[in-house]
Amino acid sequence: MTYYAFIGAVEQGFVYGLMVLGVYLTFRVLDFPDLTVDGSLPLGAAVSAVAVSAGVDPYLTLVLAFAAGFAAGAITGILNTKLGILHLLSSILTMIALYSVIIRIMGRPNLTLLGKPTVLDAVTGLGLPAHAAGPLLYGVLAVAAGAALTWYLATRFGQATLATGDNPRMITALGVNTHTTIIAGVGLANALTAVSGALVAQNQGAADVNMGVGTIVAGLASVIIGETLVGGGKGGVGRAIVAALAGSVAYRLAIAVALDLRIGQLSVTPSDLNLITALVVILALTAPKMRAKITGRRC
Amino acid sequence: MLTLTGITKTFNPGGADPVTALAGVSLAIEKGDFITLIGSNGAGKSTLLNCLAGVFFPDAGSIILDGIDITALPEYARAAFLGRVFQDPLQGTCASLSIEQNLALAALRGKPRGLSRGVDPRDRDRFRQALRSLSLGLEDRLDARVRLLSGGQRQALTMLMATLAEPRVLLLDEHTAALDPKTAAHILDLTDHLVREQRLTTLMVTHNMNQAIRLGNRLVMMHRGRIILDVAGPEKQNLTVEALLTRFASLRAGDGSGDGPNGGADDMTDKMLLV
Repeated sequence: MTYYAFIGAVEQGFVYGLMVLGVYLTFRVLDFPDLTVDGSLPLGAAVSAVAVSAGVDPYLTLVLAFAAGFAAGAITGILNTKLGILHLLSSILTMIALYSVIIRIMGRPNLTLLGKPTVLDAVTGLGLPAHAAGPLLYGVLAVAAGAALTWYLATRFGQATLATGDNPRMITALGVNTHTTIIAGVGLANALTAVSGALVAQNQGAADVNMGVGTIVAGLASVIIGETLVGGGKGGVGRAIVAALAGSVAYRLAIAVALDLRIGQLSVTPSDLNLITALVVILALTAPKMRAKITGRRC
Repeated sequence: MLTLTGITKTFNPGGADPVTALAGVSLAIEKGDFITLIGSNGAGKSTLLNCLAGVFFPDAGSIILDGIDITALPEYARAAFLGRVFQDPLQGTCASLSIEQNLALAALRGKPRGLSRGVDPRDRDRFRQALRSLSLGLEDRLDARVRLLSGGQRQALTMLMATLAEPRVLLLDEHTAALDPKTAAHILDLTDHLVREQRLTTLMVTHNMNQAIRLGNRLVMMHRGRIILDVAGPEKQNLTVEALLTRFASLRAGDGSGDGPNGGADDMTDKMLLV
């Protein structure tokens, strides 16, 4: 792998890191399999792209994306809690609806941002070369988001959110309305995902209604890889969040390595990525069990 | 203080096999009462407790607590007044959180939860002191995750959590049934201690007649969704298991349910469950 490919993968790892934090929040904390992210990622991209095109400051568009993502996630939460629709189905319904909403927002299926200002301009303006500015800025943003999520989950409301995923019966008996913690939690997860989508759009110079396909699988793969590498499952929230971000970077590096693979006449193309991701998830899911089996036999 | 009037609850109404779990239960619980509630399987004990806690709503009847009608209050809102301990020791605590985080969650029962710190460092001394009363050494393990604790330790912690924020009524649902005899005895002693110390109004469901006689100042027996016995004071203190079984048999004979082809077999099962 070239230096630039490596830097590019690290940068992508941080850009998508915010989405991975969101997937950690729904899948691991709330035990809520949330497919809304496949829609909230392009939603954030669309909101940011339209706003940047209209001359809004690129950083301010991140706030707009956050709000739009929160609304999308909150709708999924409301469908599940107040209307009693199965969590998985609630999220699929929102995701499908977002497809139409995104095209309404952009007025077309995709929007190019070439030549428009981006969040990176503020950093390159300091004199840093573009290939260093990207990983630095996105790294700072991802770590800041991780720190903010760690803080959130340590608050009284955050602790109630953790308990909602772990033992809803107990936390209800302690006076918490789990509807509120679920709606806020799924909302926050999709807000983070939408900001991630806004950064992707600015980074790639385009927003596309189909750019969210497979987001949930990539997010899940990142979370699991992180847990396998860092062991976030057993430690506290802080460790799990470090694991999520590390997993995001590791996942993008693994993809970059896979794209470099060449076996005889056969080389990996971007369209093979879905297959590779599925294999990575299967491997990461089974690795701890396999390891236990092997070490168990040695004893 | 807590008045239940004409509570009825039928599961699966209009279905192929409707089950009347509560057939008109009225009970006046005075402040400071420690009631033990017994009855055979399907008597409606747990249903009554769940109706009180708001897990589901009764079909008819009312629940009045200190003059306020709480019949239609959702479970989480009712929790402000109620401390609860479940049968399953894993249900009362949060396994992935630490001991102090669990206690902090319980200390805020019924209070709004904002964005201030989940565990207030100033609460740690109070938590340590409360844990010391358990004599399990947990006061030195505030940071330990609850999943590392045994079932008995978790149930002891749940007892503490249920009483930490001074509930108006403590609801115990066969909270020692899933424990080994030694641990169960320890939890019962702890229950007795906490209830006396805080003069808690308590409703304890149990399958064990000895427990029901030994603990509390009042004993209520249910059968087929009705209260068939309610004794308090000296009459309750002088009860024996034998006397209770005899009264149970005669009360059942009175209501006709002891007859029929399986009457004798039913009696046997009930005795085995109750002793």
